[in-house]
Amino acid sequence: MSHATVQDVAPAPAAPHEPLASKHLPRWAPAGIAVLAVVLGVGIGAGAGWHSKVQWGLISALLFVVITYVTSTAVEGKRQAKDRIATSVVWVCFVLAVIPLASLIWETVSRGSKAFSIDFLTHSMAGVASFQPGGGVYHALIGTLEQVGIATLISVPIGLLTAVYLVEYGKGALAKAVTFFVDVMTGIPSIVAGLFILTLVLMLGLGPAGYLGSLALTILMIPVVVRSTEEMLKLVPNELREASLALGIPKWRTILKVVIPTAIGGITTGVMLAIARVAGETAPIMLLVFGSPMINSNPFKDPQSSLPFYIWDQYRVGSEASYDRAWAAALVLIAFVMILNLVARGIARWKAPKTGR
Amino acid sequence: MAISTETSPAPPAPRKRVKQSTGRAGDKVFLGLSRGSGILLLVLMASIAAFLTYRSVLAISKDDTNFLTTFNWDPAAAKPTFGIAVLLFGTVVSSVIAMAIAVPVAVGIALFISHYAPRRLAAPLAYVVDLLAAVPSIIYGIWGALFLVPYLEGTNLWLDQYLGWTYIFDKTEVGVARSIFTVGVLLAIMILPIITSVSREVFLQVPRINEEAALALGATRWEVIRLSVLPFGRSGVISASMLGLGRALGETMAVATVLSPSFLISGHVLDAGGGTFAQNIAAKFDEANPLGRDALIASGLVLFILTLLVNGAARMIIARRKEYSGANA
Repeated sequence: MSHATVQDVAPAPAAPHEPLASKHLPRWAPAGIAVLAVVLGVGIGAGAGWHSKVQWGLISALLFVVITYVTSTAVEGKRQAKDRIATSVVWVCFVLAVIPLASLIWETVSRGSKAFSIDFLTHSMAGVASFQPGGGVYHALIGTLEQVGIATLISVPIGLLTAVYLVEYGKGALAKAVTFFVDVMTGIPSIVAGLFILTLVLMLGLGPAGYLGSLALTILMIPVVVRSTEEMLKLVPNELREASLALGIPKWRTILKVVIPTAIGGITTGVMLAIARVAGETAPIMLLVFGSPMINSNPFKDPQSSLPFYIWDQYRVGSEASYDRAWAAALVLIAFVMILNLVARGIARWKAPKTGR
Repeated sequence: MAISTETSPAPPAPRKRVKQSTGRAGDKVFLGLSRGSGILLLVLMASIAAFLTYRSVLAISKDDTNFLTTFNWDPAAAKPTFGIAVLLFGTVVSSVIAMAIAVPVAVGIALFISHYAPRRLAAPLAYVVDLLAAVPSIIYGIWGALFLVPYLEGTNLWLDQYLGWTYIFDKTEVGVARSIFTVGVLLAIMILPIITSVSREVFLQVPRINEEAALALGATRWEVIRLSVLPFGRSGVISASMLGLGRALGETMAVATVLSPSFLISGHVLDAGGGTFAQNIAAKFDEANPLGRDALIASGLVLFILTLLVNGAARMIIARRKEYSGANA
């Protein structure tokens, strides 16, 4: 190797005429080729008389890749050509992901606004036959708020304490086991959580009620709360803990008064994201709460509805009016979840813990 | 901020011996509480497994046929017969289709966000992908049933026409696209965000020095990715995919709304029919008699074990390289 480099270096000064940079396609080349490909694609598609615009798009995309590869190989060489292909593939992946999201939001908003009104929010389905238009989600809103509220009340203390245990006390086999099973719990399908509570219901002979749904939601919520709280507590700099302990303050007061207040922004965010996640769960409600067209504001007795269950129920009916109601309820649910998400992330940014760096 | 105000009144505390001792008692209580809730979680997991198993054993003992190999679900009959063969097949096939579509696309998006997107766009894009994960599954469900199904009919015909010779894509019956394939496409869309966000985290953890070394050798951007980013991120991508697989296996509402179920195993993924564990529970629960409910619980137990294995494996792969990567979504 060493003698080769010597030989290579020697002739180098002899070629001062060669430009230092290799040849490049101009910066406008990708845009230009894209326009060319689209024009050709539309031309071929219209010429062959294909109706599907998707086919036009596919032809254009294919042409774009081929033309890019050929011109780039000719001007810049094979390696640059490969690089350009990779770039276009990655861009295509991204566009592929944006299309369904955009379509989902668009469909929900445009179809959902048909049946949506203030009346929709303030009326229940009592006395509305499934094929009739009208009715609303008031009873489902009450159900969702109560069920999710109870689930939050149970899972936040348990989740917080577990996270505190893992970060502040946890060492050894128990902490390892808890960490692992919290991770595994994150992946429990919601229907399995529902079935677990169902086994208890069958053994104790209970009737359907909102709180049973809450218990199933709790199982889904705890691991999310634990994970996010754990991450936030880990971000609290050790100096704060040590300063507090050095002043003679007991550990539990240090945790309650120093560690948790420092991380409270992130913890709130995590809890809100967890709420947003369980608010959209249908399966446990279906198994345990049964749904009802009437307003039932008592979560401890008799069937209740909930927003996601309402959507499923209206979809199952399968009439024009019920589809409209399903979309309108989907709009309400998606707005609820998105607002929770946005507020949660806003809080996270606003109250981001200082990492001490 | 809050810390300084909280800590400044503290110094008087050590002077009073009595208070210090109450502090120690408080410590014990607090440790007990927090350790207790940790143990509670373990007990919860154990009891989920135990109770599901108990009810399943009750059901399976009354099953007149083999629970694992029967192509039928009729627990209400005089001789109850029910088996999970079709459900297991449908669950696995739909998840495999979902993975085959979602993993390459998700890796592409993750690379786009971490290495290709303009700097100012990267953060908002990552945010949008996270929002995609927040959409409730029932909304994906009605979107899939009322928008995607009619939309995919043309695609199905096209696949049948040009790839029909592969047997898999042979569409043997005319009808709407309420097939395992459509379910797979929908599941792919639903698990994209989780795979993307975990992969992105891993790609951002690639040591800068590796990438710079490749660049210094004259590598193009694609070569940098192939030489330094992908090898580093491989295990992260694998575990991200398995997390996605776990979601796909247990998805209920999206499958229940889209699929038109039947108790037949068919290799033609474009034909309507088949079923998954979660979908079958959602569809059969309403009319189930007591034994039927236990039978559904038994199928739920199989699903639970399946997701437990997949998620456990994913977490172990992540944990093994936690010291290198922050991939702990």
